[in-house]
Amino acid sequence: MTQSAAIGAAQPPIVKPKVSGEDWIMRWVLVGIALYLVVTILLPLYAIMSKSFKNADGAYIGLANYAKFFSTPALFWSIENSLTVTLICCVIVVTAAFIYAYALTRTCIPCKSLFKGVALIPILMPSLLPAIALVYLFGNQGIIKDWLFGYELYGPIGIVMGECFYVFPHVLTIMLIAMANSDARLYEASDALGASKIKTFFTVTLPSVRYGVVSAFFVCFTLVITDFGVPKVVGGKYNVLATDIYKQVVGRQDFEMGAVVSMVLLLPAVFAFAADRIVQRRQVALLSACAVPFEPKPNRLVDGAMLAFCCAVGFILTGILAMAAYASFAKFWPYDLTMSLKHYNFDLMDGGSWDAYFNSIEMAAWTAVIGTAMVFIGAYLVEKSKGFHSGRTAMQLLCMIPMAVPGLVLGLAYVFFFNAPNNPLGFIYHTMPILVICTVTHFYTVSHLTAVTALKQMDAEFESVSASLKVPFYRTFIRITVPVCLPAILDISMYLFVNAMTTVSAVVFLYSPDTALASVAILNMDDAGDVAPAAAMGMMIVATAAGVRLIHAILTRGILTRTQAWRHR
Amino acid sequence: MNDAGGPPYLRVDNLTKKFGDFTALNNVSLAVNEGEFVCFLGPSGCGKTTLLRAIAGLDIQTMGTVEQAGHDISALPPKERDFGIVFQSYALFPNLSVTRNIAYGLENKKMPRAEIDARVAELLILVGLSEHKTKYPAQLSGGQQQRVALARALATSPGLLLLDEPLSALDAKVRIRLRHEIKHLQHQIGITTIMVTHDQEEALAMADRIVVMNHGVIEQIGTPTEIYANPASPFVADFIGTTNFMEADVIDGGRISISGVVTAGGEDAARFKPGDRVTVCLRPEDVLVTEDAADGNGAFPVTVTDVEFLGSFYRCHLKPADGGAEFRADLSANRARNFDVREGRALFATLPEEFIRIYAARDAA
Repeated sequence: MTQSAAIGAAQPPIVKPKVSGEDWIMRWVLVGIALYLVVTILLPLYAIMSKSFKNADGAYIGLANYAKFFSTPALFWSIENSLTVTLICCVIVVTAAFIYAYALTRTCIPCKSLFKGVALIPILMPSLLPAIALVYLFGNQGIIKDWLFGYELYGPIGIVMGECFYVFPHVLTIMLIAMANSDARLYEASDALGASKIKTFFTVTLPSVRYGVVSAFFVCFTLVITDFGVPKVVGGKYNVLATDIYKQVVGRQDFEMGAVVSMVLLLPAVFAFAADRIVQRRQVALLSACAVPFEPKPNRLVDGAMLAFCCAVGFILTGILAMAAYASFAKFWPYDLTMSLKHYNFDLMDGGSWDAYFNSIEMAAWTAVIGTAMVFIGAYLVEKSKGFHSGRTAMQLLCMIPMAVPGLVLGLAYVFFFNAPNNPLGFIYHTMPILVICTVTHFYTVSHLTAVTALKQMDAEFESVSASLKVPFYRTFIRITVPVCLPAILDISMYLFVNAMTTVSAVVFLYSPDTALASVAILNMDDAGDVAPAAAMGMMIVATAAGVRLIHAILTRGILTRTQAWRHR
Repeated sequence: MNDAGGPPYLRVDNLTKKFGDFTALNNVSLAVNEGEFVCFLGPSGCGKTTLLRAIAGLDIQTMGTVEQAGHDISALPPKERDFGIVFQSYALFPNLSVTRNIAYGLENKKMPRAEIDARVAELLILVGLSEHKTKYPAQLSGGQQQRVALARALATSPGLLLLDEPLSALDAKVRIRLRHEIKHLQHQIGITTIMVTHDQEEALAMADRIVVMNHGVIEQIGTPTEIYANPASPFVADFIGTTNFMEADVIDGGRISISGVVTAGGEDAARFKPGDRVTVCLRPEDVLVTEDAADGNGAFPVTVTDVEFLGSFYRCHLKPADGGAEFRADLSANRARNFDVREGRALFATLPEEFIRIYAARDAA
């Protein structure tokens, strides 16, 4: 009845919690998914790394390949070139996205959702397509070629222009989130203290979004330095790391040098990724639960200027899309501009076919279905399983790795790993499954983080309540977790589908004649000089991705209003 | 309480829980009898929720044993234990209606549909939510959600009901109403219940016995009246209700000197020897205030320095006229009127020895 002091009693033994059958199921599935990631990311990375220390015969030669890389100006100058264009892009895009996001969140400009939608255009296309549109605009026969004042498109100018277009929505998304985290009370306090608008901007607005800006900078950096589509089309003789990998492997069949350049490209990508993670962790701590959302007030001058800016950006974004569309329909650029569908007859082109398009759809569908299931189950087990800390921590780390690995590096790593003669998994090389596996892994991290965010928003005690009611975890997973997280699940599947449609970098080394993909077909048709059909294939991807986004929006709205009626009072 | 003997329904022995270097529970032992309503009471971070979660198996203890109905359940996962639980957040399944929420544990038992429906209907009546059965949790008020959670926890007829701060997310008025409802329900079903709370009023009103905790150890276990009248430590005296803490010296003859004011020390004084520094605790409502010295035995003159109006009574801050520490005394509204209590008023106060509690000075909270 009362406290019984255990006087002089020996230290009682440590209690070892009993691991139930269900716990074992959860652990084994978690280990299974972790093993999948080990096989599809860690081992290939090891394969490409060891390749960079070997010669063509497979003998270990230490740093000889690296020595060759750094003694060949044509190769190591690429580092400087890559950094130059990347940093220029970062400055331009982060600034533009900052102003654009500011206009959308802190001013009273009209048509905000339209501007938001327009800014997402680049997400729908492979980065090859804006580059092709640039060729039509500023290339040797470009319609507004003169706007470059005699400078040539092919080279740093083209790369910067194309990359800025391509990464704009990604950077904007981060800026919008950072700006949305504003606290109106700080602005009211600043107002009440008589601070000027400009002073408020520098003392309240900027400090509150500084982590967002830094994060946006790193994301932009990673995307640009690892992108391959834009420099491939408009890079000309200006070599960057991403195109070098492709040239070494596809052009010169020098796989070892390809591996070396990959390792060189991996470094800045890993660094930017790590820096971004550190910054994001801080951003979370900034949020306060009692913050009051900021409501902008009309200000003619600022609103007018912001509207003009958004219109200009929106015009550029739609202009590039319109150019690509126009080029795909024009009969014979620039001599016969009558509309026709002749460029859509892909089966007649070198390097393209309608099969490629349907392969892409098939690949994207598999990626969306398998990827979503795996990512969501993996995230669920990491978040909700009990005990097994070492396993869950390892899994969390594994989930973060894919984001740091550029697509080209991943693709080449797969070549080395899966094409190795002694690999028992070699049978999937040159098949559809390897494309799906590669794409799922490539886009694993963002999907995982989306799932984790959704799961963290759920009441942490659902599992405890279910356990007290003796309901097995898988039942609660299907009846509660999945329905509650359905919007996030749809987000993940759409993200995977659209990215599988548009990705070029990872799959460019992995397709076979039977499994050619639409995005790769753009590359090959452009290489073969069939630029208009390449644009046409790009438009097919844009249309498909846009269609999927539309279906996603309708589905999400339907789910929210019907099966999730409980969300509303 | 069935003091008559028989083994307790739940027995916790030498329980210790460590999170890394932090010891959340330090060698805690207690026993709960069948049908009893026990409250774990303490400030946040005292280990009360940790203890509850160890009993549930949600965060299993580092060392020590838990026995329920004669079985050692120390290492078992929650699924293999026998309890129902209500969390502060209620954790109602947002995508299931009230009916489906309550039926969730029953459906899993492969019970016939009709039996499930009957049991759910019974529970709906029990918690008074029959007309809301088709609604979703988000469409209910906080108090209604709380009752759904309770019905869901009771649905499978567990042997033990665990309530983790079940009322703290509610408005003050609703909280007081639900206090009675839960207590009534518990009494009606006779289920052994443990409730965690940081609200002393709640614990006093609901519990058969209260377990007062602080810094991972149990300070006192007892009935509400025991705990209120005979706090085992200055911490308990301070945490439950309001108490005057006064530094004092023990002098001869069982008397104490509170900075010059000499008064009888009561039973507790016998435990100390003259010259000891002690802490004296006396509740404001136990201080006797009179208009003249003759009315009280050992009365001494005081001056009113401040008056707080607290609705049904006045809390007066009194300063001994001969110097010494200020203390508080509660006066009912009509007494305060009769005495014309206001700042500067001279009165007499008596510290009745039967209510004085004395603790060694170093124990002072």
